[in-house]
This record gives sequence, C-alpha cells and structure tokens, in this order.
Amino acid sequence: MNQNIIQISHLSKTFKDGTVALKDINLNIIDGEIIALLGPNGAGKTTLISAICGITNISSGEVSVSGHDVIKDYKKTRALIGLVPQEIALQPFEKVIDVVRYSRNLFGCANDDAYIEKILRRLLLWDKKDKRIVELSGGMKRRVIIAKALSHEPKILFLDEPTAGVDVDLRFDMWELIKKLREDGTTIILTTHYIEEAEEIADRISIIDNGKIQLTEKKSELMQRLGKKVINIKLDQEIDIKIFRDEFNLTQGHDKASIIMHHSDTKKDDSLDRLILKIKKGKYKILNIETDEKSLEQIFLDVVSK
Amino acid sequence: MNLYAIKAIYVFEMSRTLRTLIQSIASPVISTVLYFIVFGSAIGSRMEDISDVSYGSFIVPGLILLTVCLQSISNASFSIYFPKFIGSINELLSAPVSYLELVIGFIMAAVTKSMTIGLIILITASFLVDIEIKHPIWMICILFLSCVSFSLMGFIVGIWARSFEQITIIPDLIITPLVFLGGSFYSISLLPDFWQKVTLFNPIVYLISGFRWAFFGNADVYIGYSILAILVFTFACILIIWRIFKTGYRIKS
Repeated sequence: MNQNIIQISHLSKTFKDGTVALKDINLNIIDGEIIALLGPNGAGKTTLISAICGITNISSGEVSVSGHDVIKDYKKTRALIGLVPQEIALQPFEKVIDVVRYSRNLFGCANDDAYIEKILRRLLLWDKKDKRIVELSGGMKRRVIIAKALSHEPKILFLDEPTAGVDVDLRFDMWELIKKLREDGTTIILTTHYIEEAEEIADRISIIDNGKIQLTEKKSELMQRLGKKVINIKLDQEIDIKIFRDEFNLTQGHDKASIIMHHSDTKKDDSLDRLILKIKKGKYKILNIETDEKSLEQIFLDVVSK
Repeated sequence: MNLYAIKAIYVFEMSRTLRTLIQSIASPVISTVLYFIVFGSAIGSRMEDISDVSYGSFIVPGLILLTVCLQSISNASFSIYFPKFIGSINELLSAPVSYLELVIGFIMAAVTKSMTIGLIILITASFLVDIEIKHPIWMICILFLSCVSFSLMGFIVGIWARSFEQITIIPDLIITPLVFLGGSFYSISLLPDFWQKVTLFNPIVYLISGFRWAFFGNADVYIGYSILAILVFTFACILIIWRIFKTGYRIKS
C-alpha cells in the first residue's frame, strides 16, 4: 500500500529580508519512492529540504515525517532522515572513518564498525578510510558526505544536487547506489539540475518554480501526457503536404520529400496509422521513419516558462 | 538525552586539541612562564609583599585566570565558528540533538581544555614560587566556574562572529584590558580611592579577587560578592545562548 512518509501542508517560508522562498507548498512523499524535485536556480528546492530537516525555520504550515511533526517531535523525525547537502562541508583535517562515525553518533546511534565498513565499501571508500579529508579528490569528498548521511541507517534520504560537478562515471555509480538504496526500502528525495538524472531514476517528478510546486506526477504519466513525439517520415519523392494538412498536424521537412508529424502517443490517437495508409494510397514509398520523443527537459522548460 | 551526540561532539573537539597539542597547551604555558620570569623574578624581587604574600606568589591566581579566560573564549568561539565557516553546522542543526546537548558537548570540551591549561600553569608556577592554597576546593570550584562562564561567552562570540577577525575582537579589546585592570598583577587597594571605586565596575575584579581568596585567604572584595558575580555572569551567558537558539540568531535562516 502506498503510504505517505512525509506530508507537507501549506508550507511557506519568508526570509528576514522579505524574500519569499516557499509559497504554500503541499506535497506528500510516498514511502519507498524516488521523487525528483526539479527547478531552476533559486526555485526553493534547497529551502524546502532545509525546512524539513530543521536547518531553516518554517514561517507557516506543517511538515510531518512518519506521522511526527518536524518541530514538536524533531528528535524522532530527524533520526529518520539522512541529508546529503549540496555544498561539501567537511572538517578538513579529520580522517574519513572518524567523520562517518561522528555522524552516526550525532544521530543518536551507538558505534557499529561493521555497518560503517559496509557503507564505506559500498561507496568505494574503504581503502581511503584512514585518509584525511583534505587529501581526497572532489568526487571522493562527495562520496564521504553520502556515507555520513547513510551512517545512521536513515529511512529517508535527501540528496541535494548529488551529482553536481562530478564526472560521468561517478554519476552513473551514484545512480546505481540510489537505485540499490530504494530496493532496500529507503525513500529518496532528490533535487537536481540534470533532468536526465530525474528521467533515469525517479518514480515521480515534482517541478518547483518561484517557491511554488507547479506539478507533481508519476514520471511515466508525465511523459505520456506531455511528452509528445515528433515523427519524421522520409519518402522516395517530393510531396506537397497540403493534401493532408486539414486532417493531420503536419509540417514539411527540409527536403520536401519528408513529412514531420506531431503525435501525442496515446492509444486513442490513430492518426499515424491513418497517415501511413494515405501515403501508401498516394503511391509514395516510405524510405524511413524516425521518431523523436519530447524529453523531460522540454516538458520542464514548458512548465517553468508558463 | 542524546548521549551519543554529546560524547561525539566532545571527543571530536578534544581530538582537535590533541592533534594541535603544541599550540593548545605548550604556548599558554610558555607565555605564563615568561610572565613569571619577568614579573615574578626580575621585577617581583624588588617589590614589597602584598598582604604578607610575596609578589611572585601574589600574581599566580591572576595569571592563571588571565590565561584561562582567554583560552576558554578562544576555544569555545573557534569550535562553533569553524563549523559555521565551513558549513558543517548544518549537520548539527539537522541532527536529533537539542540545543542543550549541543552546548554541553562544546562547552565541556572547551572547559576541559582550559581547566587543563589552568592546572598546568599552577603546577609550572609551583616550581618557580612558593604556593600554598588555603581553600583548594573553592579554588577548583572558582576555576571551574570561570572556565564554564568564559567558554559560554566564547560560544556566544563564535556565533556572533562573521569573520575570523571578529573572533579575536572581544578577547583582545575587552577581556584582556579588563583582566589586566582587574587586579591580575596588583591589589586594587593600591589604587587611589577614586580608581578603586571605578574598578569595582569591572566584573573581572570579583573573579580575580575570589580566586585569590581561595589561594591566600584574603581578598579585595568580599568572597560572597565574588561568587555571586561569577554566577550572575554564567546565568547571563546561558540566557543569551538560550535566546540565540530560540531565535536562530546567525545560525539558522
């Protein structure tokens, strides 16, 4: 059964200088899902995470985690959450294993070296455990902040731009790790600039802009609803598309021997089937059909620019 | 109570001190020895006894307090300013740790460091001058309370500070002059009447006088006032810290 692990209702945040960062946010996060919060810079993604985790004071509204209020029962809610911040903030002269142990204790857990070893091995940090933070590369430091966030076995993991500034290999590793964590039952809330990241790993997408949630939908439904396909049909000879125009949503290709069709990709829409029949009746030969799906990035840009 | 967190903060802070053992302990000890050589031996031998106490011995409590107060402030202010500076304070704020637990962890570490330094200076001084402590338990209590209150003050400074320079403003511009003018190296009874009255507005006078009473059994001001002054100062710091966390002043947006 889908159960909400985080419930955000009418959450607003106004900073002391009058900047309104969050406006009446309502969002439920389902236990065990990966939800991606997408939004341009300054949209309010980090502020939203900070408000849930206790880093920022809430101006109005309520947030509950696993049924507990984040202000009244902050000890219970925070113990359930692991946070991977956007900025790498680590004590530079400490050893990797010490900073991870420190985080585990800070979150109220007794030392468990077997678990810490498991995490460090999973993040390929075990052979670096005695290195000082200052000796690590940027990518390794990012792994350390993930290890810190996982050190107390959280049920919920917030990842604030986890792959910002990391190379492609590490990004793929992170995606694999996130998928594995979800398989283990961890709920993951991810903010990202890389829309392909959300497209790759998220179950649901929430688009935030100007401190407001513009939409929250299952990724598959969102792609189906807004992700129109562009179909490019290449023929053996030039064609005047005027003969079809009234019936189909078409444009002429560059070389006059191709037709571009905008297709909604739903079961009810049989226009592609009808168009192909008409082409065949007109004695044209189809040389090639290419499809170009509208990406999440285009959907995102459409939503944000509205 | 999240005892794991308190212990983690304490151990983390102490390990920082142990890593920088030379700066943490050796430098205050060396500077104190220099004070003894200059004031105690070189100049002190030409000074008259104050209340039947040799000048070299007389300055011991003041010197200990001077170092302990400054060390408490710098240790505590740095310990909270540094996480603020590098951003790791967010981990503390997002952890299931109450403000009280947070303060206990940091203050206990700062107090341990400055108490240790205070006792090391006392032991070092005992090799250089004759020291007899009339009220040892009171001496430890006043030393402990001084460490706690100035560590709390340092914690406030660390939260207030927006740059490394600001961390040093309060100890350099306020505490050092107050300690020097508070009778560290002289009895306030040596001052002209008018300045004796003015000096009573300096809270450090009560601290040094109380501490000196624990050593020699006589003091510039009544010991009850000294204890009261230390307690009032400690509670004032606690109240300010409570307000800071209540409002999130300079730590929470």
